[in-house]
Amino acid sequence: MEAASTAAAADGRPEAPSLRAARRRYGEDLIKGVLVLAALISLLTTAGIVYALLKETIVFFGDVGIGEFLFGTKWTPLFGSASFGVLPLVAGTFATTFIALLVAIPLGLAAAIYLSEYARPRVRKTIKPMLELLAGVPTIVFGYFALTFFTPEILRSFFNLHVAIFNALAAGIIIGFLIIPIVASISEDSMRSVPQALREGAFGLGASKFQVSLRVVFPAALSGIVASVVLAMSRAVGETMVVLIAGGQQPQWGIDVGKSMETLTAFIGATAKGDAATGSIAYKTIFAVGTTLFVITLVMNLISIRFVRKYRQVYE
Amino acid sequence: MSARQEAIGRPSGSQRAKDQSFRVALLACLAVAIGLLVVLLIDVVLDGAGTLSWHFINSFTSISADKAGIQAALWGTIWLMGVCALFIVPVGVATAIYLEEYGDSTKWWNRLIELNIQNLAAVPSIVYGILGLAFLVRGPLSLGTVVLAGGLTLGLLVLPMVIIAGREALRAVPSSIREGSMALGATQWQTIWRQVLPAAIPGIATGVILALSRAIGETAPLIVVGAATVIAFNPSGVDSQFTAMPIQIFDWISRASNDINNYRPLAAAAILLLMILLLAMNSVAIWLRNRYEQKW
Repeated sequence: MEAASTAAAADGRPEAPSLRAARRRYGEDLIKGVLVLAALISLLTTAGIVYALLKETIVFFGDVGIGEFLFGTKWTPLFGSASFGVLPLVAGTFATTFIALLVAIPLGLAAAIYLSEYARPRVRKTIKPMLELLAGVPTIVFGYFALTFFTPEILRSFFNLHVAIFNALAAGIIIGFLIIPIVASISEDSMRSVPQALREGAFGLGASKFQVSLRVVFPAALSGIVASVVLAMSRAVGETMVVLIAGGQQPQWGIDVGKSMETLTAFIGATAKGDAATGSIAYKTIFAVGTTLFVITLVMNLISIRFVRKYRQVYE
Repeated sequence: MSARQEAIGRPSGSQRAKDQSFRVALLACLAVAIGLLVVLLIDVVLDGAGTLSWHFINSFTSISADKAGIQAALWGTIWLMGVCALFIVPVGVATAIYLEEYGDSTKWWNRLIELNIQNLAAVPSIVYGILGLAFLVRGPLSLGTVVLAGGLTLGLLVLPMVIIAGREALRAVPSSIREGSMALGATQWQTIWRQVLPAAIPGIATGVILALSRAIGETAPLIVVGAATVIAFNPSGVDSQFTAMPIQIFDWISRASNDINNYRPLAAAAILLLMILLLAMNSVAIWLRNRYEQKW
């Protein structure tokens, strides 16, 4: 309303009589205040997360050197002779995430291209909910599936791989499947927002659908595709239950994915399950590892949000 | 969209063969993704269907696997969802109304709130568990490991989903409705409360149900908050200790690694029950969306 009246004045038209309320309505202001308070809860949530993480992490760094934590390659915080090098956990996290992306990028992008460029509306309407279902299944169910079916039946029996019962490979592949919908839906969204004129131009020049999909639509939608992949990556880094159940809890400074690798999230889950007493070293490590996890995912989320805005700006 | 365009351009024969094989490859990828989901569902049904019974739903957990049931966890989950819903509906809807109807999105503080919500939606769920542990269970509020703490932790986790869905629902209400109402002399809040919000309710309700169906399966935050695994009573209030279905499932899976034959069917049966609940919730959401979807 306000914007409309100032715009009219700027046009140089004679000023219209005020259409605003004759008196100030305090009830309206009060309601607005309540709504602002609700909106502040989400800001407070972030503030609370940062405060909770930093408070204990700072205490943790009173006991353990930052250098040892960031660059140490041995993670045995709960042993008698404790070592606090977080790198094995980071390695475990990146190993499972990398495997997950190897699964999710090709499958997710293929799904996106098919849904956006090939599928008829009816087909699209049946396939999309099925992919969304993949995102709706609780991750603990995927964990159960990875441990009781995927590792023994698929990896061991079918592919004849000599993997341990808890291994990073199965955890990574299953996480890959559960992030397919993230890659597929955001990528499809950005592909569909590519203007039809670009496709028509290419078809007019005699391009096939294959060429249009890969050489016109794909590059034009690239920022959305990058956003989807980065967001999926952040999701894979933060995924807990699959790695906690099927990935094992042995930190490994190496990349033998056929064996157990502990991730940042699995460590937090396993340690918190043991009901760590406030102030104990176990309690503090939860927060130090949590901070590491939060920072990694925060950077990824911000990159992803930036890329999403970019594609929205270009075409909308 | 395709027939007309393809008639204009004429790709060569080899291009068309490439086109066909590309299409087949895309379909194969989709088949792999959906195939895994199908295999997963079949596996869970085969493992758990024999154990899922009225006895299983009505019994408490037990040391002997053949007597164990899920009653305490089922009621724990119902309580958690109740607390979660009571938190996310008012707070989520109020935030969505503020951002959509009041907030000027050119102002930096409103943009900060928006950016913050987008980031919160992608913060790992286990980090919310840490927040719950440090603020609700211990620390400032020190509620202990009770239903209220667990429900609020899950509520904070899914709040961004409700806000985002709520904003979309409000945005879908055409501005002519608002302008008409205001032109008749209604105040802004009267317009929102009597015109905009009722029109947006189906969309908001769908968002709330989807948020709850995300919350119902979340395990990691509850593990960190410290939900108990062996509890043989139903919660009696928000200050009661609790266990929940995903926690019970996790406990049985952990036991299954040692004693696979006894606990695996229990875990599978509980998963099956959880999936049935999820299916019911999602069906309601889809029904709501189709039944009340308005085309303006």
